[in-house]
Amino acid sequence: MGKFGVGQPVRRVEDQRFLTGTGRFTDDINVDGQLHLYVLRSPYAHAEIRKIDSAAAAAASGVVAVFTGADFETLGVGPIPVAAIPPANDGVKRTAPFRPAIATGRVRYVGEPVVGVVADTLANARDASELIEIDYAELPVAATMPDALASGATALHAPQYPSNLLLHWAIGDDAATKEAFAKADKIVAIDIVNTRISPTAIEPRAVIGEVDANGRITLTLPTQGGHGQRRWLASSVLKVPESQIRIVTPDVGGAFGMKNFLFNETVICAVAARELKKPVKWTADRSESFLNDVHGRDQLSHAEMALTKDGKFLGIRVSSLGNVGAYLSQFGAFIPTAAGGAMHCGAYVFPAAAVDVKVVMTNTTPLDAYRGAGRPEAAYLVERLVEKAARELGIPSVELRRRNFIKPEQFPFKTALGQTYDSGRYEEVMDAALTRADYAGIAARRAEAKTRGKLRGIGVSYYVEACAGGSGEQPVLSFDRNGKLTIRIGTQNNGQGHETVYAQLAAGLFDMELEDITIIQGDTDEVPTGNGTGGSRSIPVGGSAVQLNVAKMIDQGKSLAAEMMEAATVDVEFADGKFRIAGTDRAVGLKDVIAASFDGKRPDGVTEGLRVSENFNPSGATFPNGCHVCEVDVDPETGTVAFVRYTIQDDLGIAVNPMTMAGQIYGGAVQGLGQALYEEAIYDSTGQLLTGSFMDYCMPRADNTPSFDFAYTEVPTPRNALGAKGAGEAGTIGATPAVANAVLDALAAVGVTHLDMPMTPLRIWQAIQSAQGKAA
Amino acid sequence: MQVTLKINGNERSAEIEPRTLLVELLRDTFGLTGTHVGCDTSQCGACSVHLDGKVIKACTMLAAQAEGCSVTTIEGIAPANGPLHPMQAAFREHHGLQCGFCTPGMVMSALALVERHKGKPLDEATIRHELEGNLCRCTGYHGIVAAIAAGARAMEG
Repeated sequence: MGKFGVGQPVRRVEDQRFLTGTGRFTDDINVDGQLHLYVLRSPYAHAEIRKIDSAAAAAASGVVAVFTGADFETLGVGPIPVAAIPPANDGVKRTAPFRPAIATGRVRYVGEPVVGVVADTLANARDASELIEIDYAELPVAATMPDALASGATALHAPQYPSNLLLHWAIGDDAATKEAFAKADKIVAIDIVNTRISPTAIEPRAVIGEVDANGRITLTLPTQGGHGQRRWLASSVLKVPESQIRIVTPDVGGAFGMKNFLFNETVICAVAARELKKPVKWTADRSESFLNDVHGRDQLSHAEMALTKDGKFLGIRVSSLGNVGAYLSQFGAFIPTAAGGAMHCGAYVFPAAAVDVKVVMTNTTPLDAYRGAGRPEAAYLVERLVEKAARELGIPSVELRRRNFIKPEQFPFKTALGQTYDSGRYEEVMDAALTRADYAGIAARRAEAKTRGKLRGIGVSYYVEACAGGSGEQPVLSFDRNGKLTIRIGTQNNGQGHETVYAQLAAGLFDMELEDITIIQGDTDEVPTGNGTGGSRSIPVGGSAVQLNVAKMIDQGKSLAAEMMEAATVDVEFADGKFRIAGTDRAVGLKDVIAASFDGKRPDGVTEGLRVSENFNPSGATFPNGCHVCEVDVDPETGTVAFVRYTIQDDLGIAVNPMTMAGQIYGGAVQGLGQALYEEAIYDSTGQLLTGSFMDYCMPRADNTPSFDFAYTEVPTPRNALGAKGAGEAGTIGATPAVANAVLDALAAVGVTHLDMPMTPLRIWQAIQSAQGKAA
Repeated sequence: MQVTLKINGNERSAEIEPRTLLVELLRDTFGLTGTHVGCDTSQCGACSVHLDGKVIKACTMLAAQAEGCSVTTIEGIAPANGPLHPMQAAFREHHGLQCGFCTPGMVMSALALVERHKGKPLDEATIRHELEGNLCRCTGYHGIVAAIAAGARAMEG
């Protein structure tokens, strides 16, 4: 292995442009003759639109066009489609409620687009929007899931859906679970709120729509993969062949699941550009991001666990409500059900399990995948429940985990919810974390903290999640005459460092320099196919695809080198950048072989530039897992939480670039602890979003987050060629329960037994007061 | 109205609407798109630039208020293809950036905080406290804090 290749912390090639301010994000781009879109949004969570008078706006200075929902209907613009709806218990297949890009007849959440104003400048478009008069008739609002399911609640999508229950989904074995609970010595129950989160990529969404003389539309926007956007636009919204749409994605300023989805404003820019035959640009301001970027999480769960008196797990059952908001985003109904619901066995042997989820529509912004997407909700619930069971049984929680972990020799292990986990050494990984965290020495540290009036808490989580299954990836790799390699791949960098990591993989295998490799992503004209970035798949699936295709190129090279050296292909080896006849000193260099592929006679199966494009399909999902140990001091006088120490030991399979992998874990963990302590998207009872700016929505900052002690254990997965399990979501999934358990551990000393997220100073202080019988 | 100011050492003038923000002048008029807009309300710090040597948020200042001032943006710290400033190099070495959107603002804040603490110890707690006006959603700040500590040492040496 040379200086690159798997396992090297190669510094990133993309950093130069970002550090010098020469990155190219969508809003950095301006097109000649572009117009600007301003979107006027609903101020009501639920209302009938009786009348829109936009005549004055249309006549205002600089205004080129005004689009309403009725205009879009007339233009034949189709609905924003859904990608996956899970099967319902009743066997009746559900279809998505109609979701127009601009509201027609009724608005169903605050922030829903009602009018699009296009003008020569954004200021003119915005000024003109203030001249629009809309007559709304307010309707009753269901801002929460219980409100939406209450009898007499106004159905958002009647008559298609007579109630706000989209579907009821279940998995597992009810009868077996009932039996397990019947023979239990101990049943532990918990009610859990998994809070609603705003994804808050620091780059707001932006779109530039353009149309050429043949009516072909180009959309430039941040995505997690343009091919999905193109498919959804072509099949449902614009009803044109995919070849009539090009999606370009330049640098993306963070995505976290949210930028995977097709949003109203993308459609409006596309249609406006098509109708006006001019480029149309839109950039969200932060308030618009809070209002109309899909939110994440938002589940209410009741869970119970059956145990023997010595702490053996017998069964788990979970009943949840999962919020999808006012319309179904592409995977909105899939996240609380199929994505997360099947992960409620955690890292443990549960002989029986049953999970059911009611998917509920409310007068709020649509929800969809946010970093982890269903698995964080499951891990949070299971790890809170395990902690509670440990306290009620009087068994240390790490001991309870130890007694119930799936053991290394049990893999592949099929859970009671039907998931077949790939590999893992859970106890060894947990012990490594506990040792580094000096878990055994907590009593002394707790006593020391007490002398300073602080409540010391230590929290553990052991998470397992599911990644990188499903669809494959088919990149295109080819050399040019000068021996420079180009990799075209349909995953999409949003900050993960794909330009470095894919190049590093190929450079290691070919023994070539990073600067001789170009990674092309983010243009559906340049990259023929792609399944995007999401579900932590870009290294396990994308990286495996790169590795597979490099191997195919080397095979071609061997066959050409054999011809050049008049040898048999089977006798040719490739190492150190040379094709060599085994056991001899006769060799030809990679560059010579590449040149010969252009100029010489090519044997069968050898192409110019050794061009290949093979699909790599994973054989199943991977199951990254690991242990977070979080230590905090709670100040009982103020309710504030201070991080003292944070230790992570992960099994993410094989690490390709340990530096960027660690970066994923740090960033993910801070998003997870942000949910535990700070973040919550809050609606009032009338459906107004109260957290519509960074002044109201508390973000994790440098001064309220810890540094991390992170290490990893490589247990390869057999599910893909690299043996990598994926790192994108793991940190988020492990952190939320570890931090919550740490706070609860601290508060146990003052009698607090339950707290929901976010564990803010006010909530903690109130919990302490009420536990001590002196409620404020 | 006319505004004249010094940007990255060069005197520049432009005819602008009075409501033009400094960040709009930099990005839209002068094409200096390294300065980003992440929130419009001066919380996120993606628009941080130096104004007469002090770090400010360019989204919350009118361009007209910068009349006669000297503004330094990320483009004034190091050339696009040339060698990096020691602070930028530290960000690269310590994986202090992922998507790169908050990065120019982080670097501008980092340079200003090193300047403010010249001759005083720059420990982790100080760096974290000083950085509370710059949001990053990707890195979890771990690499940024390490990078600023290393960058500060490199600038002294």
